[in-house]
Amino acid sequence: MNLLKYRYLYFAISLLFLIPGIFSLFKYGLKPSIDFVGGALIEIKLPENTNLTFAQVDELVDEEFGLSAVQKSGDSQFMIKSKEVSEEQKSDLTTQLTQQYGAAEVLRFESVGPSISKELLSKTIVAIALVSVIIAIYVWRQFKELKFGVTAVMAMFHDSLILLGSFSLLGHFYGVEVDVLFVTAMLTTLSFSVHDTIVVYDRIRELNRKHPRIQFEELANTAVLETLTRSINNSVTIIVMLLALVLLGGSTIKWFSTALLIGAVTGTYSSSFTAVPLLVEWTKRFK
Amino acid sequence: MKQKSIKRFLVILVLFFVASWISLPESLPVKFDIGGWSVDTDLGTSGIHFTFLGRTIDKKFEFKQGLDIQGGMQVVLEADMSGIQEEDKAQALESAREVILRRVDLYGIAEPVVQASDDYGQYRLMVELAGVSNPAQALALIGQTAQLDFKLLIPPEVDEQELATDSAGLETSMELVDTGLSGAQLKRAQPALNPQTNEPEVSLQFNEEGARLFGEITTDNENQMLGIFLDQSLLMAPTIQQPILTGQAVITGQFTLEEVKQLSIQLNAGALPVPIKVLEQRTIGASLGNESVFLSVRAGAIGLALVMCFMILVYGFRGVLASFALLMYAMFTMAIYKILGVTLTLPGIAGLILSIGMAVDANILIFERMKEEMRAGKPFAAAMELGFGRAWDSIKDANVTTILTALVLINPFNFSFLNTSGLVRGFGITLLIGVLLGLITGVVITRTLIRLFVRERTK
Repeated sequence: MNLLKYRYLYFAISLLFLIPGIFSLFKYGLKPSIDFVGGALIEIKLPENTNLTFAQVDELVDEEFGLSAVQKSGDSQFMIKSKEVSEEQKSDLTTQLTQQYGAAEVLRFESVGPSISKELLSKTIVAIALVSVIIAIYVWRQFKELKFGVTAVMAMFHDSLILLGSFSLLGHFYGVEVDVLFVTAMLTTLSFSVHDTIVVYDRIRELNRKHPRIQFEELANTAVLETLTRSINNSVTIIVMLLALVLLGGSTIKWFSTALLIGAVTGTYSSSFTAVPLLVEWTKRFK
Repeated sequence: MKQKSIKRFLVILVLFFVASWISLPESLPVKFDIGGWSVDTDLGTSGIHFTFLGRTIDKKFEFKQGLDIQGGMQVVLEADMSGIQEEDKAQALESAREVILRRVDLYGIAEPVVQASDDYGQYRLMVELAGVSNPAQALALIGQTAQLDFKLLIPPEVDEQELATDSAGLETSMELVDTGLSGAQLKRAQPALNPQTNEPEVSLQFNEEGARLFGEITTDNENQMLGIFLDQSLLMAPTIQQPILTGQAVITGQFTLEEVKQLSIQLNAGALPVPIKVLEQRTIGASLGNESVFLSVRAGAIGLALVMCFMILVYGFRGVLASFALLMYAMFTMAIYKILGVTLTLPGIAGLILSIGMAVDANILIFERMKEEMRAGKPFAAAMELGFGRAWDSIKDANVTTILTALVLINPFNFSFLNTSGLVRGFGITLLIGVLLGLITGVVITRTLIRLFVRERTK
C-alpha cells in the first residue's frame, strides 16, 4: 500500500480544516479572557430556580462598574463580567443580590488590572516562540538534517493554527474565551505534535540506515505504515482520557481539556499525514 | 535472568504496596456485602508515626491543595516606590512583604504565602491566602500601609508586683504617651554587631527632625521604656539608658542575629513605607473547587478504566499486564505528589489524567515493536528484548520534547520573561512528573512483568 501517493489529498484535508479557522482568525479573531485584557468576573450561585438577566444586574450597579455580560454558567449559577472592579464594588453587588434573592454565594471573583494582562500577553508570545525554537533545534540536531527540523516545525504550526482557528470559531459562536490555560494547552499541543512526528522520523532514519539504496519516498511510506497502528492506538488512549475530562470533568477545565483534545487529534494526524508528506516533497524538490 | 526478574518483580510489588498505602486518602471507609461475604473496614492512611532509634518520625501524607481547589484568595499588589530612594527599594519591598506576612499571621490564616518580586523596576507582592471566608476583611488587612510609632510606656503608680507577674498585659496596664515620633522620622534600621561585646544589636538612624525629637524624648525620659509599635501592636519596648542627641541609636538586648535582622526589617517597614495597590485579585469559593475535583477525579477514573479495557481488547494478556503497570503508575504518581508536596491544582489534575493517557504510549510502542520482530521471524525471547531496546530509542527521543516543554511551563529559574502563574506551573509539574514516571513504568515495570508472565505461545 502506498499511502504517500495520496499526499496532495492529505494537504487538501489539512486545508479543509485550516481555511475556515484562518478565515475566522482574521475575521473574528480570538476572544481573550480577562487574563489578557483586564476586567472582572464574578461567578455567583443564587437559590434554586432563580434567573438573572443583564437588565436586572445593570439596575443594581452604576456606570463605573462597566457591566459587560451576564451569563448562565450552571444550575442557578451566573457569571457577571465587567471592567476591573474593587472588592467593595463586588460586595455591594452581592449584598444587593442577597437582599433581592435570599442568598448569593460568590463562587469565584477575579479582577485583573491592565498592566498585568499586557505582561501576560508578552510572556505568552515569548513562551510559544521559545518552545518552537527549542523543538526545532532539538529535532534538527537529533536527525542531523535541516529538513527534518523544518518539516517537524511546519507540522507543529499546522496543529497550532488548527487549534487557534477552532477556538476562534468556538469563541465567535459559543463565546469561548482564550485564557492562560489555553496557552498551556497550546504549548502542550506543540510538544504532542513533535512527539508523534519524532516517532515516525525515528523509523525513517532506522530504515534508511538498514536499506540505504531504497528511494526515500518508499522508505517514508514504510515508516508511516509501520508506525500507524502504534500512532492510532496511542491516540485512542489519550483521546479516551481527554474525552472523559471534557464530558465529565466539570465546567472549570472543560475548554482547557477541549483544547488539549483538539491538539491531540491534529497532532496525531499531522505526524503521519503532514510532516512526512512535507518531508517527501522537500526531498524531491531540493535534491 | 529469570531469578533476577523475580527479584525485581518483588521489589516492584513492595514499592507498589507502599505507594498505594501512601496515596490512599486519610479516611476511606470500605463497606460492601456480596453473597454473605461482608466487609466493613477503613482503608485510610493517616501517615507514619513511629519511634526509631530514639527518634520520633511523624509524617502525614496529604495532598497539598492549590487555591483553586480548597478555595481562597490570591492578590497581586504593586508597591509604589516613588517615595523611596533607589538604594533602599529592595529593603523597602522586603519590609512590606514581612509586614503583610505578620498581619495575616496575626489574623490567623494558616500557611500564608507572600512573595516579593522585582521585575525591572516593577515591585510586586503576590499574596496567597487559603480558605479565607471574608475576602474584604483580608484585603483591608493587606492593603494598608505600615505605620510605625514610638510611644512612651508609663507604668501605673502602684502595684509594681502585679506588673512583674503579668507581663502579658504590659500594653494594657501601662499608660501610653504619644511622642510625635514615628516611622516618618526614622531613616533606616540596620542589624549590627556591638564593637565592644560583639553582640547583635539593632542600629537606628533618624533624620534631622527625628534626631531632635529623639534627643528631647531621651533627655526627658531617662530610664523609661520607649515602646515601638508596628500597626498599633507593640514590637518591643527598650529602656532609654541615656540621652541620645546625634540621631544614631542602638537597641541592645539578648538578641540573636536572626532576631536582629527580623526587627530591622520590621522597623524599616515603618521607615520606608510603601503604599500598595491591588493589581489583580482572584477569589475562589471552596464549594466550586470541591465539586470540580470530584468531577475530574471521576472523569479520570472512568477514562483509566476505558483505557485498560482498550489495551486488553487490543493486546490480550499483555494488555492486562500493561493495565496493571498503569495502575501502578497511577499509584506511584499520587504517592510522589504526596511525598514531594506537589501542590495540586485543577489544571494539575488534568495534567495527571493526560499523562496517564501518555504513559500507555511507551507500552504500545514496545508491544508493536515486539509484534514486528516476531513477524520478522525472531524467536520470542529475542523479539521481546529487541522490541524493548529499539522502542526505547524512539520513546526517549519523543519524550525529550515534552520534558522541555514542561520545563518552559514550570519556569524553574523564575525568568521574568516567562509565565509564573501557579496554575500553569501546576500543570507543567504534573506533566513533567507524569512523563518521567511514565518512562520508568513503561520500561522497567512492563518489561519485568512480561519477562515473568508471558510465555511463547505455540501457534
